[in-house]
Amino acid sequence: AARMFLRLLSDIQWRAAHPKWRRMTSSQRSTSTTAEPHPVSLPAQAQVVICGGGIMGTSVAYHLSKMGWKDIVLLEQGRLAAGTTRFCAGIVSTARPVSIELKMAHYSNKLYQQLEQETGVQTGYMKTGSISLAQTQDRLISLKRIASSLNVMGIPCEIISPKKVLQLHPLINIHDLVGAMYVPEDALVSSANVSLALATAASRNGVQIHERTCVSHVTIQKGRVTGVETDRGRIQCEYFVNCAGQWAYELGHSGEETVHIPLHACEHFYLLTHPLKEPLSSSLPTIVDPDGRIYIRNWQGGILSGGFEKNPKPLFTEGRNQLEIQNLQEDWDHFGPLLGALLRRMPGLETLQIMQLVNCPESFTPDMRCIMGESPTARGYFVLAGMNSAGISYGGGAGKYLAEWIVNGYPSENVWPLDLKRFGTLQSSRTFLRHRVMEVMPLMCDLKVPRWDFQTGRQLRTSPLYDRLDAQGARWMEKHGFERVKYFVPPGSDLLDLDHSKTFYKPDWFDIVGSEVKCCKEAVCVIDMSSFTKFEISSTGDQALESLQYLFSNDLDVPVGHVVHTGMLNEKGGYENDCSIARLSKRSFFMISPTDQQVHCWTWLKNRLPDDSNLVLEDVTWKYTALNLIGPRAVDVLSELSYAPMTAEHFPSLFCKEMSVGYANGIRVMSITHTGEPGFVLYIPIEYALHVYNEVMNMGQKYGIRNAGYYALRSLRIEKFFAFWGQDLDAFTTPMECGREFQVKLDKGMEFLGQEALWEQKQNGVYKRFTMFILEDHDTDMDLWPWWGEPIFRNGRYVGKTTSSAYSYTLERHVCLGFVHHFDEKTGEELVVTTDFINQGEYEIDIAGQRFQAKAKLYPFSSLFTQRRRKDEVELSGYQRE
Amino acid sequence: FYLTPSQVNSILKANEYSFKVPEFDGKNVSSVLGFDSNQLPANAPIEDRRSAATCLQTRGMLLGVFDGHAGCACAQAVSERLFYYIAVSLLPHETLLEIENAVESGRALLPILQWHKHPNDYFSKEASKLYFNSLRTYWQELIDLNSGETTDVREALINAFKRLDNDISLEAQVGDPNSFLNYLVLRVAFSGATACVAHVDGIDLHIANTGDSRAMLGVQEEDGSWSAVNLSYDHNAQNEREVERVKMEHPKSEEKSLVKQDRLLGLLMPFRAFGDVKFKWSIELQKRVVESGPDQLNDNEYTKFIPPNYYTPPYLTAEPEVIHHKLRPQDKFLVLATDGLWETMHRQDVARIVGEYLTGVHHQQPIAVGGYKVTLGQMHGLLTERRARISSVFEDQNAATHLIRHAVGNNEFGTVDHERLSKMLSLPEELARMYRDDITIIVVQFNSHVIGAYQK
Repeated sequence: AARMFLRLLSDIQWRAAHPKWRRMTSSQRSTSTTAEPHPVSLPAQAQVVICGGGIMGTSVAYHLSKMGWKDIVLLEQGRLAAGTTRFCAGIVSTARPVSIELKMAHYSNKLYQQLEQETGVQTGYMKTGSISLAQTQDRLISLKRIASSLNVMGIPCEIISPKKVLQLHPLINIHDLVGAMYVPEDALVSSANVSLALATAASRNGVQIHERTCVSHVTIQKGRVTGVETDRGRIQCEYFVNCAGQWAYELGHSGEETVHIPLHACEHFYLLTHPLKEPLSSSLPTIVDPDGRIYIRNWQGGILSGGFEKNPKPLFTEGRNQLEIQNLQEDWDHFGPLLGALLRRMPGLETLQIMQLVNCPESFTPDMRCIMGESPTARGYFVLAGMNSAGISYGGGAGKYLAEWIVNGYPSENVWPLDLKRFGTLQSSRTFLRHRVMEVMPLMCDLKVPRWDFQTGRQLRTSPLYDRLDAQGARWMEKHGFERVKYFVPPGSDLLDLDHSKTFYKPDWFDIVGSEVKCCKEAVCVIDMSSFTKFEISSTGDQALESLQYLFSNDLDVPVGHVVHTGMLNEKGGYENDCSIARLSKRSFFMISPTDQQVHCWTWLKNRLPDDSNLVLEDVTWKYTALNLIGPRAVDVLSELSYAPMTAEHFPSLFCKEMSVGYANGIRVMSITHTGEPGFVLYIPIEYALHVYNEVMNMGQKYGIRNAGYYALRSLRIEKFFAFWGQDLDAFTTPMECGREFQVKLDKGMEFLGQEALWEQKQNGVYKRFTMFILEDHDTDMDLWPWWGEPIFRNGRYVGKTTSSAYSYTLERHVCLGFVHHFDEKTGEELVVTTDFINQGEYEIDIAGQRFQAKAKLYPFSSLFTQRRRKDEVELSGYQRE
Repeated sequence: FYLTPSQVNSILKANEYSFKVPEFDGKNVSSVLGFDSNQLPANAPIEDRRSAATCLQTRGMLLGVFDGHAGCACAQAVSERLFYYIAVSLLPHETLLEIENAVESGRALLPILQWHKHPNDYFSKEASKLYFNSLRTYWQELIDLNSGETTDVREALINAFKRLDNDISLEAQVGDPNSFLNYLVLRVAFSGATACVAHVDGIDLHIANTGDSRAMLGVQEEDGSWSAVNLSYDHNAQNEREVERVKMEHPKSEEKSLVKQDRLLGLLMPFRAFGDVKFKWSIELQKRVVESGPDQLNDNEYTKFIPPNYYTPPYLTAEPEVIHHKLRPQDKFLVLATDGLWETMHRQDVARIVGEYLTGVHHQQPIAVGGYKVTLGQMHGLLTERRARISSVFEDQNAATHLIRHAVGNNEFGTVDHERLSKMLSLPEELARMYRDDITIIVVQFNSHVIGAYQK
């Protein structure tokens, strides 16, 4: 095979780089018997330059060249597939909880399977299957949830008994198991060879590959990539792809224009053994034992076993670059607990001889999901890194999506959960990353229950009221670095500690949130919603209005003082953002978006607003504290504080007015609540926040005011069938598909983004429909709770997945929101979804394998709305916001 | 009546303190990794004191233990003040000028020291103004003296010790209009304290010692074993050179009365100390000060009592002996401790116990499989055993606590005996002093990598 590489890649000889495991373990890289081959000089320009010759870089190159792009240069500082890719365990596993990750892994598996045939390079692909073990009932539930989503994807998968485990893998001790999940099509590969095969194919398609070439920095002019500087000269380029793995952060920081890529490496250990007396079969399934924190695969007749320990060792915090990762210390004491787990799982291995303990650093990200996409600050600067130790599983799919992104402007799937723009500069602190990855790495094996929160890297962004709320029993969660209240624990009541509160069933805060919801319904509650992204757009003339009319689907040419809910749509009519815009004056607008839109929305607008110095876009998120007064008595509280009548006649729904509250003047009051309940949001300049809060609480006392948190908000909005962007809505969902045609003004007299696509949908119908499900035979106390991502079945056939769920304290039922598709029974082709189709089905929701009957609704219960609404804005399925 | 292990622990750990030098402080990589310190009282209140601080205007770190006698006033004052005197002595002329100008014009002062204090270690608020004025007078004199030469650490240490003792003496003679302060400065001067101070800057380690506390270096030999190197000499009757020095300083006629029953003038154990003006002032001065002093002083038999055979004062000095040591990679740690420790433990045992503790926690020799034939089972056994060994040590998170546990609880076999430990710790206050002295320990851990890099 080595000879073939020499022939295929004319650029530089990579010396017998056939990375068999054995070579790697013999630690000596063949140094210097042959003279260094003279490298071919770099081209002066290329369309795309990819930095990094690991699985990610080669996969991007492969897919770009497949899509017809040829003018591509791939640069690798050392040798191809010599970094983390060379050292990783080579397990291709599709059992992923996040749906987009599952799709990437599924695609990778299919790609690798045929890669040897396509390229002639041996990839060591072996379909062994994998078995994930459950030592506890909770673990089994989490496996069942994954099994449900694998099954509806058409990936074979079954929950099996411990006895069956023993049949599949004779070495396993099954006495402490309650069950397992078997995925027969999971595979093993030689990861370095997969990477080399991808490189070979890319090279055949014209991609130039240069090893031993180090990118020093990327040059960016006027917000666009113009080229890269390397130790062997400069290459001009339009696109740069940072696939530098654990060095991606540093590379992002090397140029004048910083690209923040929040990832951090941790040491990762696995063990290699000599073969067993009777060598293990190479088709023996891979074992994942998350409760023991280990994985075990067969390896050359022996085993390879590693894991994710509780006390990881972060490294390279100070950013030490190295050509290739070698000579990292083996640390047996550190590995001890994992070795213990291994021997508990396979006691028969006691006498097996150790070959080596490999220390292979892996990079981790702040939210355990990989990083993909274009930099918000530099157009043409793409990133694919931070694989959280699943690089081989994701490699194929991730490379495909990124290539599509570069070529088509957006991937063929919603990749928002992986988008680089979900992070800002605030997640880029080295200290933050170091602390956070120490939490993330053990989380790989921890049980992931609904609504878990990260514990590290907290209290970074806070409202000025943080201490006040905290003192009143607030429990916090974090979004985009901002602390937000989940609920308030009343004095004297005790909640479970963190570990014990983890559950798939009814949580301990059930009654607390219930009473907050009740107060919102019957009296008035105040929720601090300061985390929301707030922009102001203003101009000297009509530029602001004109630009916004183009970028937003609703009609923004409304009288001053009106608030408009509108989508910010892409060409395909999909939601890039969902926001509320208040017209402050003829020429200025105030825009409220979800918290995690801060970077994405800013970039979207910046890239599309005309370059006009008379048009100003400003991020004013930090300037205002937002207090949401929800409930029928909000009117009374506010009118007493402002001496202004606040009743619907004077202050109808969806209005915005600057007024005084208490001593503070200039408070922006909007009659929206993000829940469908009556009430107001107060946007308060931060220095008045404490004053206004105190006034509201004092005045509110006689109306029974209390603090509430986001869980109450969530329950309220879901029972009202309000979709939130980022949860229910994404770039692949149009207003037509979620019953929001009324927020689209196709005939507003001017062209807007997505108009054409929406016209077409209006005429031809939609292929999925946002639907509300009320669980019928679900016992809140006894049954598993829905979360999101549960498969929806119509007349016994899979039609889609839920996107969010909550318990409705009003309906005393669980409510799930989700999308219904119509797949042709024979061909599987997607058909138009009609109202009749929705209404005429019998529905079931699958929660971890158990199906519950559900009633589908396309409109919310009108009885839940008590407030009179403005005529032209009958909110049926409301608007965004998480 | 026994204390449970957790009760024992809470007594032993009540005063423990650890400081780790920050990994990346943006400045020089320090040769000090950090230190652990702890105190176990026998007197009530305890008469020992400890201090640790980082010099902010010069490089280096200061650590010291102070053993008070005849009360804790002097030890307290020295623990608060001495490091400022040392730091000021080390400052270059320009910095002194800058500080003086800042004080003069009422601007904010450059911080001189960053203290690393246990919450129980206090500074007296009332005396701070007085102390500050004395310190300022000192640096003003240093400014006037401007020798232009770079400051030698040895000299700086000696000057600082002597100057502070002098200031203590002067403040007592001058008195203070505030009656509380007046009584305080007299108590400081009439009580005494020994001091053992380390200054670490890169590989330069200076120990300045006055009295019978002791500094000891823990050295790891090539075979992994531990040995102790003394970095101070005890100033007491067991030190022949010290006895000679005292005899040299006084007429031959006093030779017999100078040292009796291993004590200076038959009274004082340490041969050098701060305060103790009873051994420094002339009889007339002592009488004058005591008589004009407050009643509490006048009524105190001890202060009124003039030592016998008191002919040619001063008999006592605070001048330290300074030892300079260049740190080597095998120098792993430094122990500073008051005599309470050294009375009960041999320095060789101290070196071994601390050495094994530190390596057990931090760098037990890593295992490498190399070319050996090891099975998974064997490795598992080995690791389990190592973990068990560590966890027995892990009872203590602090090397000083660990040492105190051994000092108080060791039986004849050199291992900690819980029964004995429990007995020793549950002694009633009035009895405790009979069985043990106050113990104060600071264990400084060095960074061998940094020290190694200095040598290259």
